This record gives sequence, C-alpha cells and structure tokens, in this order.
Amino acid sequence: MTRSARLRALFALIAALVLAFTVAACGDDDDSTTSEETSGTAIESNPDNEGVELTIGSKNFDEQFILGEIYAQALEAAGYTVKTDLNLGSEQVALKALQEGEVSGYPEYTSTALTSFFGFAPEDVPGDAQQAYEDSADEFEKEGLVAFAPTPFSSANAVGLLTSTQEDLDVETISDLEGVSEDLTLAGSPECRERIDCLKGLEDNYGLSFAKFTPVDIELRYQVLDKGDADLSILFTTDGQLAESDDYTLLEDDQGLLPAGNVLFIASQDAVDEAGPDFQETIENVQASLTLEVMQELNARVSLDREKPEDVAADYLQEAGYVE
Amino acid sequence: MSELLPVADVISSFGDAFDFIVSPQPSPFAAGGGEVGGPAEVLDKLVEHLKISGASFALAVVVALPVAVWLGHRGRGEGFAIAIGNAGRAIPELALIAFTVAFIGLGFANVVFALAVLGIPPILTNTFVGIRQVNRDAVEAARGMGMTGWEVVRRVELPLAVPTIFTGLRTAAINIIATATIATLAGQTTLGDFIINRNVFGDEGVLAGAMLVAALAIAVELTLAGIQRALTPRGLRLERATSAAA
Repeated sequence: MTRSARLRALFALIAALVLAFTVAACGDDDDSTTSEETSGTAIESNPDNEGVELTIGSKNFDEQFILGEIYAQALEAAGYTVKTDLNLGSEQVALKALQEGEVSGYPEYTSTALTSFFGFAPEDVPGDAQQAYEDSADEFEKEGLVAFAPTPFSSANAVGLLTSTQEDLDVETISDLEGVSEDLTLAGSPECRERIDCLKGLEDNYGLSFAKFTPVDIELRYQVLDKGDADLSILFTTDGQLAESDDYTLLEDDQGLLPAGNVLFIASQDAVDEAGPDFQETIENVQASLTLEVMQELNARVSLDREKPEDVAADYLQEAGYVE
Repeated sequence: MSELLPVADVISSFGDAFDFIVSPQPSPFAAGGGEVGGPAEVLDKLVEHLKISGASFALAVVVALPVAVWLGHRGRGEGFAIAIGNAGRAIPELALIAFTVAFIGLGFANVVFALAVLGIPPILTNTFVGIRQVNRDAVEAARGMGMTGWEVVRRVELPLAVPTIFTGLRTAAINIIATATIATLAGQTTLGDFIINRNVFGDEGVLAGAMLVAALAIAVELTLAGIQRALTPRGLRLERATSAAA
C-alpha cells in the first residue's frame, strides 16, 4: 500500500472505532420496571435557592447510596447547588462528618440513631414510627441537628443465612440458635461488635456465643454466605437480594431486639437556616413514594443488576413524577 | 487541619495509645457499646498477625529460596530473577487482596497467598544475586577439591551468600509484617483491625495498632539479624571486620 493509502485506512479505522464507542456509550438501558402511580408533586426550581450549596452525604452501603442520590438530585431540581459525598463510612463516621460540617445532611435510621448515638436499649426503641421519629428528633435537637420527617419504609438488621443452611440446622428464630451458635461463624460489619442491635446485642441480650465473628465490609454480606466463608450474616430487611431470591432466609427476631427504623434525613441547623424551607419540603416530598416494595426494588437494581445508584435514583424520581 | 498539633497533645496521644494496650477502654463511640482494647484483645490480634505473617513468610521462602539457589548456582535466569524482583515491587497489595477476596473469598489461605506474593521477589532476587556474587575462585577451588554440585552449594556458595540472602529475607519479613495489617479487609483480624476500624477502636486504637506493628517489625528484624550473625561463616565475619577497620 502507498503511504497515503495506509494513512487513510488507519484514519477510517479510528473513525469507525470512535463511532462504535459513541453509539455504545449513548445507548440507553431502558429497564424502567418500577410501576407505581406517578402521583408525586413535581419539584419546581426556586430561584431563591440558587447560590445555596448543599453537600449530601450517605453511609456505606447500596441503600444509602440510592437515598443520597435521590435527595441530591431532588434538591438540584429545586434549584440548589448540590454536591454529594456518599460512602462516608459507618454511622459514627457519618455523624462526625455532619457535626464537623463536611456534609449538610445524610439519611439515618431511627433505630440506629436511638441505639448507637443516644444509648437507648433495643426494647426502648418505639415500634411506632412516629414516636421513634419524635424521640430521635428530640435527641438530635440537643446536638444542634434537625431531623426531617420519616420515610414510609423501615429497615432493620437481621440474622440471615442460606436457606439450605437453615434447613440443615432446622432453626426458625434467633433464639433457636442457642446451643447451635457455638459451632457457627457470624459475619458482620466491623462496628457490629459494638452495636446493641448487632453482635453485642446477640451476645448480651440473646446470650449467644459464636465460634467466630468475621468483620467484613457491608457490601460483602451476601458473598460471605455464597462463598461459605460464614454460616450467618447480618443482613438488612430491605435488601434487594431477599426480595428477588429464595436462597436466603432471615431468622425471626423473636425477642424483638433488632428494632426497625424508618429513615430520617438529618441536617445541621446551619444548613437548614441557610437553605430555607425548600430543603426540608423537597426531601419530605420526594421520599413519600419510598414504600418497602419500592425500596427493595431499587436496592435489587443496584445490588443485583449492578446499575449505578445515580441512574436508579433518576429513574425513581422520573417515574414517581417528581422530576421531568 | 491547618493548625500544628501542640507537642503536649502528641505526647498525650501516645499515652492514650499505651493505655489502650494495657487496659480495656469503653468504646469511644458507641453509646452503650462494649469495651475495646486491653491485653487480651491485643494478644489475640498479635497472635493472629504472627500466624499470618509467619505462614506467608514460610511459603515465600519455600517457593523462592530453592528456585533462586538453583538458578544462581547454574548461572542461568538472571533476567528472570531481576524481572521478578522489579515486577514484584510494583504489585499493589491492596488490589491483590481485593482481587482474591472477590474471586476466591475471605479466609486465611487467601491472605497468606497474597502476602507470600509480596515476600517472594526480595527473597528470589537477593538469593540469586547473593549466590552469583560468591567469589568465583572459592567455587573453582571447591570443584577442584572434588566437591559435587550440591556440596559446592551447601558448603561454599550458601554460607558465603548468607549476608545478601538475609537482606532479602529481612526485607520480605518486614514487608509481610507491615502489610499483614490489611488482612483485616479479608476478614482476618490482625493488628490491622485496630488501625483500619477507627470507628470501633478510636484514635487511641489506631495509634496503638501502629505502635504494635512497628514494634513487631523491629523485633523480627533484630531476631533475623541475630540469626544472620550466627549463620555467617567466621571467615566472612573476620573479613568484613578487617575491611571495616581498614
């Protein structure tokens, strides 16, 4: 080939490749499976909010990433300048970030707040969502933090295992583990060892002792069961995996020591003052459609289908009618 | 944090860390949480740390030492040995552990594998170079005396290469001990647990963990140095002493 012919062939190849990549990148995954009524009030952009900068944080697992993205995108639609600082860490780390002003707010569970921050015993955590909200809000107010109204769904820690293991051990409730747990390995987050609604509670309140506790990243809570690295794992009742698959079973919390908590968005008083009423209104508006089914589905799309939290959040806001 | 820490604060942090080691403290964060720290918990993690480091080191030695001795004795594979040494230094341990956790799962064996990978390059390279650099005259003389290949290795090459080989062994040991801190990410609770899980153990825990790992590394280094002294042939020791004095 002559030199110019070779250059032209090379150019054509590169152009073809660029075109192929562009088409692939622009290609839309159109799997909108959420099919609830589009009854949400559309968010209106308020020019007063321009220039107010908010940083939305979250804790370190999929459900938190989704919530953080939903709130962040909703606030952007309302006209705020929003940054996200998701995946801050466990509840203690997130609270510290909020208190030090690194974030304007993040979503927290009433049960976690009452037991881990404010020292409530699990049996003192109100079963009624409104009461739990009021107790938490009172406590947070003493710290200079504002708690917004709760989500419709609530989530709880749960002791989970493979269905096959559950059948082998023939256990239905956590109390059934007595006598059996000494031979079992439990996996949970590192802070689980200190939490009364986690290992500490299982040891102190249920009186169980385990052969081994393996501290793992929350994201690995199902993998440890699948790979056989642990017999039991601390799961969340809103996990997508539980809704989509029969492979996992939760043991019943027969003594009521793993309380469920609705999500409250916790913000600093400064952020609330600076941002004006739209901050709270937007957040409380946009979470109104988050029922247990919806949250589980969103979780499944991120945890199982490996979709990105920001895409899933955007779909939710659109389909529920909050955003165009 | 733009302010410089006052010296008194820094010193008191070390005091807190020392307290953490000697007596159990209430967990600094969780309200109603349990106690952390104290000699029992520290000893538990120290033993775990030693087990993992020891197993990885042993595996690295068993894999790298014979190969390197053979290659060095035969004079082959110089490119290979050097390449392994350089490539090995470039391996990001964190990525390696994340990779094995994702594909194989948690567990003692995975971490030992990942850490052994870290320990093999220094041992391989240093042993190879050490054997190669043994005085050729001494080797020739040994062959002339009728020693077999294996006897040359055992009685001449290895003893004379002890200093260089041990540099490799000590480097590998220190690297493994320092990196066994991240074994926590694979569910093995070594001293790294204190360092990585600050929200459970607090700042005192982090500092205490770091102090313990450093102390362990120094202790192992000194032990290996002692063993090296014991194994270095007297002639070599004298030769080094005289050349140092000259």
